[in-house]
Amino acid sequence: MGWIGDTVDSVKSIQIRQLLTQAVSLARQAVMILRRVWTLIGNCCFAKHIQFSIREETAVLENSYLVSGFILSARISVVLRHLLLVPGMIVTSALIIWKALMCITGSESPVVVVLSGSMEPGFKRGDILFLHMSKDPIRAGEIVVFNVDGREIPIVHRVIKVHERQDTGEVDVLTKGDNNYGDDRLLYAQGQLWLQRHHIMGRAVGFLPYVGWVTIIMTEKPIIKYILIGALGLLVITSKD
Amino acid sequence: MHSFVYRANVLLTLALTILALMCVIASFSDNFNFPSPSAEIQIVKFNGFQKKPPGNDEVSLTMNITADLQSLFTWNTKQLFIFVAAEYETPQNSLNQVSLWDAIIPAKEHAKFWIQTKNKYRFVDQGSNLRGKEFNLTLHWHIMPKTGKMFADKLVLSGFRLPEEHRRG
Repeated sequence: MGWIGDTVDSVKSIQIRQLLTQAVSLARQAVMILRRVWTLIGNCCFAKHIQFSIREETAVLENSYLVSGFILSARISVVLRHLLLVPGMIVTSALIIWKALMCITGSESPVVVVLSGSMEPGFKRGDILFLHMSKDPIRAGEIVVFNVDGREIPIVHRVIKVHERQDTGEVDVLTKGDNNYGDDRLLYAQGQLWLQRHHIMGRAVGFLPYVGWVTIIMTEKPIIKYILIGALGLLVITSKD
Repeated sequence: MHSFVYRANVLLTLALTILALMCVIASFSDNFNFPSPSAEIQIVKFNGFQKKPPGNDEVSLTMNITADLQSLFTWNTKQLFIFVAAEYETPQNSLNQVSLWDAIIPAKEHAKFWIQTKNKYRFVDQGSNLRGKEFNLTLHWHIMPKTGKMFADKLVLSGFRLPEEHRRG
């Protein structure tokens, strides 16, 4: 319940102007992409009936994909359309979901995959965390995602100490992994004792087990990614309209 | 006719959709649990109270923790993370939260417990403001679900006071 309030606050807190431009560009992108996708779908489903009427537009589309040179026969163009359709749909829906999550959660990377076992048994490798970034002050016990200067990969650990300044409201935060023996000072930059607000990218609010394995496997074994894409493509080509 | 691969694909999609829906329902059902946890903390003694080299006060203490947190568990609860934090205000800081002890409770059977423990993490102030300081001991709990939204809440126990003077062990 509090979460909904937070969400509303975070949506509100984005500057109206910024929100508007974002929304407009997002909508424009979405409309453009959707129009293309739907045209493609339309082409595939009703190719036999309305192929003539939309041939021109199809040609333009395929021009834009730099494949016009390959359109030798109707059959090839149907196959090509299919090849473009499925990845197109997947990519656009992923993009739409991602952008929507960014808007709702107010966090630049709304979903993170747990890569290490430092928060076991709560979070295991391959679990997914949903982040939320709000203006609320950081408190002990929260699980935050933070960046340390000089480290590329963000870390997900729990806050164990908080000192908040009286005058400026700045915070000094110390974190620790539930499964680690000591606190995180060894992980911080040389000589750094505390995390400040700007190190923190978001706090974890939701949890989904195992799903992150998809990304881990695909990053570590790219061959599986290619097999998967190939299989999808084959499926599309071989299946009937 | 639809090919085998096509059927497998449809089946997989359906299975994943249903799984996702079940996750959402499981997480949503947590909202209908209205827990009534109870806890009590006593400070048995202060083992040490010193000003350490950079000029920060450090306290070492022993406490008794009694708690019954069984009502926090639902069917979607994987584990409970609990910790006791000392919370106080100083002229410099509007809030200081220093975690003293924490534990993971893996199952409902272990959620009613009594423990006597020293502070697991160092109780160090930013500065030297702890003499005679009044502070709260707060029991926080964070519910880690099997899937979905994480819940957190706390129980504030007030009326603790640190010694007036520094002393050795």
